[in-house]
Formats: sequence, structure tokens, C-alpha cells
Amino acid sequence: MIALLLRDLRLAIRAGGGFGLGLAFFLLVAVLVPLGVGPEPALLARIAPGILWVGALLACLLSLDRIFALDREDGSLDLLATSPIPMEGVVAVKALAHWLVTGLPLALAAPGLAVMLQLPGGHGWLAISLALGTPALSMIGTFGAALTVGLKRGGLLLSLLVLPLYVPTLIFGAEVARRGVTGMELGTPLALLAAITGGAVALLPFAAALAVRINLR
Amino acid sequence: MSIWEYANPKKFMQTSGRLLPWATGLAAAALLVGLIWGFFLTPDDYRQGSTVKIIFLHVPAALMAINAWLMMLVCSLIWLIRRHHVSALAAKAAAPIGLTMTVIALVTGAIWGQPMWGTWWAWDPRLTSFLILFLFYLGYIALWSAIEDPDTAADLTSVLCMVGSVFALLSRYAVNFWNQGLHQGASLSMDRKENVSDVFWLPLLVCIAGFVLLFVALVLLRTRTEIRARRLAALLARERMA
Repeated sequence: MIALLLRDLRLAIRAGGGFGLGLAFFLLVAVLVPLGVGPEPALLARIAPGILWVGALLACLLSLDRIFALDREDGSLDLLATSPIPMEGVVAVKALAHWLVTGLPLALAAPGLAVMLQLPGGHGWLAISLALGTPALSMIGTFGAALTVGLKRGGLLLSLLVLPLYVPTLIFGAEVARRGVTGMELGTPLALLAAITGGAVALLPFAAALAVRINLR
Repeated sequence: MSIWEYANPKKFMQTSGRLLPWATGLAAAALLVGLIWGFFLTPDDYRQGSTVKIIFLHVPAALMAINAWLMMLVCSLIWLIRRHHVSALAAKAAAPIGLTMTVIALVTGAIWGQPMWGTWWAWDPRLTSFLILFLFYLGYIALWSAIEDPDTAADLTSVLCMVGSVFALLSRYAVNFWNQGLHQGASLSMDRKENVSDVFWLPLLVCIAGFVLLFVALVLLRTRTEIRARRLAALLARERMA
């Protein structure tokens, strides 16, 4: 499984796509929003946590169809299915690799972009909420990608399937970030966000593996 | 005699063929009685005026929007566990009806909300969760139509329906957390004293019964269509082989 993880990471970094794409998109959102809504610091500070969370979500969405599509095309997905690793493990590793190349860099880059968006404080909580919430985004996205493996052009369908599934994560994540900025008590949304991530990581590999197996049948 | 006998398409076609006219007739009768009673024979509300009568479309549609998803969930489970094709086809048949009910609930809600709240749309928990339900229906239907092999499609949509149900429930409570509502609370529960007053309550019950029957009739009709389409496809395939 570690070999598979390293292979996926290497592919993502070297093939010149997955790694930079999400981060670049995230940066783009953070640059374009002030140009669109105007440069007033008070307004930007108020919407910054939400903008960054929505940006992170869309950046995750952007690279989802790569999770299985390339492996499916060159046949390595069939090899993985016949390998001794259970499909649940393969799916979990895929989600982990996706998180390492999109979610984690986003969480690390978020405080810097927050400074650009005039966020007065709570950069730490923003990064923590993203670091805690993006694994759920990757895992849910992997499930969506598993559902659409068999389709030639599943990109639009994938977004449609995954978007409603992202709602709870987005709500709690953005709430943690917002409360972190205003200094309010944030234990409840933080715990709920962690619960969603924990539940998704624990249970969704089974659903995703089932979907991959059905698609390979 | 067990319920699984209806998993046999032939048996299902026979029984549903006999049931369908009754369900359709009763649905039409209940809707006619309920809507006419509701629209013309009830007094105006002292605060809401005549707009209160939208309730006779809004509430039953919203109820059926949720119940249709529940029915799809049960059918998906039956399909995954016992692999009865009729069950998968019934889930497929119910989805567009549920979608329509969701749209009716959202649209009548907007029309009701405009004079009462002064706005067509508010990011209220109930409204928002219905919008999310709408997206779930869209995704489910899109997945059905995107996959060519019928068994694969049935499997994948069943998995989506199960996972989606969990997330739909999560979203329902998440949006509660996220924003306080403009929408009133439940006013039809059995255990509460303060319900809608009896003048509206009785015709509303008739309307709800009408919507339930309408749903049953439409699902039966659409499932029969799906089964016939499946048979036709099988016949064509056999002809091509010969």
C-alpha cells in the first residue's frame, strides 16, 4: 500500500497536472474575488473564510476525475483489483494521495492568502479547519470518482454527484474558520467537522470500493 | 403468498395492471375533492388572507418529495440485497416524480413566501435542504441515464442512494446549525396541541391522500413502462441474434 501511495504521489507530481492545478486554482480564486467585489478591507475580511473554503472545495473538485481515470485507461486499475491489497485499501490510498497533493497544500497556503484577503486574525484556525475538513472532501470525491469510473466523460456528472455531498463539510468547515476569526467559541463545529471527516474516512472506502468493483465487473 | 412474489415481473404486471386504474381514479377523486374543498370552501386566514390556500399544494408536495426518496432508498436496498429487477426499476421510476414534487414544493413555497415574508427565496434551513434534495435527485437521475448497462446502473445508483441518504440527513441538520429559519415549524404532528386549525386540516388530509395516491399511480405506471421497455430491448436483442 505504501508503494501504491508513493507511485500515486510520484505520478501526481511528475505528470505535471494534479499537483499544481488545485493550488493554482485556489490562488486564482483568492486573487479574482477582491477584483470582483472591490478592495474594501472590512468586506473582504468578512467574506474571506467563506471564499477560501469555497475555493478549496472547488480546487478539490477540479482534480477528482484524475483519481481513477488514468489508471482505468492504461489498465492498472484492473491490475490493482487483482492485487492482494483489498479494493478498500486501494481506494483509501487513492484518497490519501489526492489529499496529500491537493488538500494539504491548500491548508498550508490558506493563511498566506488570508493575509491577502485582509483577514484580521484566526489564520491558524483557518488552516486547521481546512486541514481537518479536506480529507473528507478527498474521500467523498474519491467515492464520486469511483461511481463514474466507467464513463468516458464523467467530469460534469462527477461534480453534480459530489456537490450535494460536500454541503455538510463546507458548512461546518467555514463555520470553524468564521468563528476562529471573530474569536467565538468554536468547539461544536470543530467537533462536528472532525466527526464528518472521521465518519467519511471510516465508512466511504467500503462504498467506493463497491462502486469500483461494480464498474470493473 | 409472500411479498416477494411481486418481484416476478409477470406477477407484478398483472397485479399493477389491475391496481393502476383504481389508484389513478382514487387519486383524481381525492385531489379533485381536496383541492376544490381547500381552494373554494375554506375561509381566508385572518392574517395570511387567501394565500394560505397554497398549503394544499405545498405541504403534500413537500411530504411526497421526501417520501419518494425514502421509497427509492428501500427499493435500492432490496435491489442490492435480493437483486429483484422490479425493485431497481421502481426506484428509477420514482426519481423523476420525486424531483417534480421537490420542484413543486420549492415553487409554491416561493409563491407563498413572496407575499408573506416579502421575499421569493431565503436561505432558511428548510428551503436550503430542499434545494440540496433537488440536487440529490438531479445527480441520481443523471447517473441512471449516464450508464448504459442496466445492471451496473442499478447497482451504482443504489450505492449513491444509500450514501446520499446519509449525507442528505447530515445536511438537514448542518443547515439547521448554519442559519436560523424563517419557515414555520411542523404544524401537522400528531402529538402537538397547536396544529393547523380543523377548517384547513381536513381538506389538507384529503389533499395529502390524493398526492400519495397520485405518487403510487405514477410509480406503477412508470415502472410498467420501464418493464415493457426492458422486454422490448430483450426482444430486439433476440431478433438481432437470430
